[in-house]
Amino acid sequence: MRDRTLWTWHIGAGLVILVLLGLHMTIMHLNATLGLVGVGSDEPIAWENVAARAGSIFFTVTYVLLLGAALFHGFYGFRNILMELSPGRTLRTIINVGLSLVGVALFVFGTWAALAAPGAASMGG
Amino acid sequence: MTDAAVKQVTFHVRRFEPGVDRAPHWESHAIPLTPGMTVLDGLWKLKELSAPSLAWRSSCRMGICGSCGMLINGRPRLACNTQISELGTDVVAVAPLPNFAIIKDLVPDLRPMFETHRELMPYLIRDDVAEQDDPTLEYWQSPHELEHYLQFSYCIKCGCCMAACPTVATDPQYAGPMPLGQAQRYNTDSRDGGFAERKEVLSGGSGPWRCHFAGECSQVCPKGVDPAKAIQLMKRELVSDLLRMRKRRDPAPVVQPPKGPRREEIPAAPPRTAGEA
Amino acid sequence: MASRAHPNRLGIKGWVAGGRWGFARYMYTLHRLTGLGLLAYFVMHIFVTSTRAIGPESWEQAMEIVSGPLFAFGEYLVFAAFVFHALNGIRLGAIELGFAVGVPIEPVYPYETSVGRTQRLAKAVLMIAFVVAVWGGLDFFIWK
Repeated sequence: MRDRTLWTWHIGAGLVILVLLGLHMTIMHLNATLGLVGVGSDEPIAWENVAARAGSIFFTVTYVLLLGAALFHGFYGFRNILMELSPGRTLRTIINVGLSLVGVALFVFGTWAALAAPGAASMGG
Repeated sequence: MTDAAVKQVTFHVRRFEPGVDRAPHWESHAIPLTPGMTVLDGLWKLKELSAPSLAWRSSCRMGICGSCGMLINGRPRLACNTQISELGTDVVAVAPLPNFAIIKDLVPDLRPMFETHRELMPYLIRDDVAEQDDPTLEYWQSPHELEHYLQFSYCIKCGCCMAACPTVATDPQYAGPMPLGQAQRYNTDSRDGGFAERKEVLSGGSGPWRCHFAGECSQVCPKGVDPAKAIQLMKRELVSDLLRMRKRRDPAPVVQPPKGPRREEIPAAPPRTAGEA
Repeated sequence: MASRAHPNRLGIKGWVAGGRWGFARYMYTLHRLTGLGLLAYFVMHIFVTSTRAIGPESWEQAMEIVSGPLFAFGEYLVFAAFVFHALNGIRLGAIELGFAVGVPIEPVYPYETSVGRTQRLAKAVLMIAFVVAVWGGLDFFIWK
């Protein structure tokens, strides 16, 4: 794919991350702040809360979406930096193929983790 | 000049003699500073007094020709456009523009930049080749349409932006601010119909996607061309074209000059110098 | 004819040598560094949180490992990096899609550039990022 297309997706993915990661950060890390207005939980990383989120369709879908968007955004940005180091033709191919493979592998792995968690809202249970 | 010297200033000059020197080295000379002296004047004085073999490129000495781009006290500038007094120091360090190979002393090899410039087709692309080769009438363009590209057409191709750009510092494949700015200048010219052709080159890895708005090109441009602006506007055009949101426009038509009574004080056009009479 | 010219490309030094130059260069460098940091953290994060797929015990175990004060501080750095990267990302989006740089103008000395034009945007990004990062610090270390 040409750089124009990839860059446009990069911006689009950034937008998705902005919304979803903002939500994620607020829920996971600004829990004391959320406590001030009486929402969220004291222990977002306690198992029962993790399991509860894993059981919710909303959280499962957003996790997978965020995973994909963040992987693409991150790896495209990383590729940008590598490409600007002016690698040779062979190295370029290795970078392109290598980063794509690692990205897809991480996406598959992460999606499996999101769907396979006990009580997760996956299609197969 | 009859002006008396104000004080002594020290010139550190980066020198390189091909075939003799293995690497560039710094050389220091003191010269008398006279009022109004530019860095270019200083170099001439230096050549006259103590370094007769010093080489650099310059021509117009008034910021028009774009020959004397140099790294002056760490910043790419035109030597002729830079007063020594404005540098605020008695030490002037002059080096050739970085990101270009050094031919000799302060002379950079600008050829790669001009080759890229050419690859991005910096000229009007139209179907009516006959009319372009042998104009009969005029292409229509409003003053407002002129403003869309006028700023970018002030470029003198001195290469200062290329020397300041962090991406050009590592990536010779990146087209760079000057060629991209000029491609945008022609893309936005209402008389031009070459967007589709230039798009083929610009959508690839050498195009504006390698720009991340470090902003250096616009900071150092001695003509206020603002290449960074041109590149961001170019990205917008290219992305909206990808999303099929770009407004199609046909290149300006050939029109008859306006008819009607002609004011008497306007002199007649000079005789043609090209094509058939 | 082989060129006898001496190569003079700055290389990586040209990326970080902001020195006497403008603020946009610092934003560019910081955006790059935070981006790399966030990517490294994110890949690690995928592996750590995927332990939940195996069950509660492995989750608790993983959380045990990443619960020390060093990890808390590291996590806070990631939070701060995210805040900067996100806000600067909005700024870059507005600039690189041509919304914040303005239209071509007549270059009259002293030149006004797109960099100068977007300086206020950059200041706003830095200020908001600072406030949110401090707020996050209170949340991370004080209110907990």
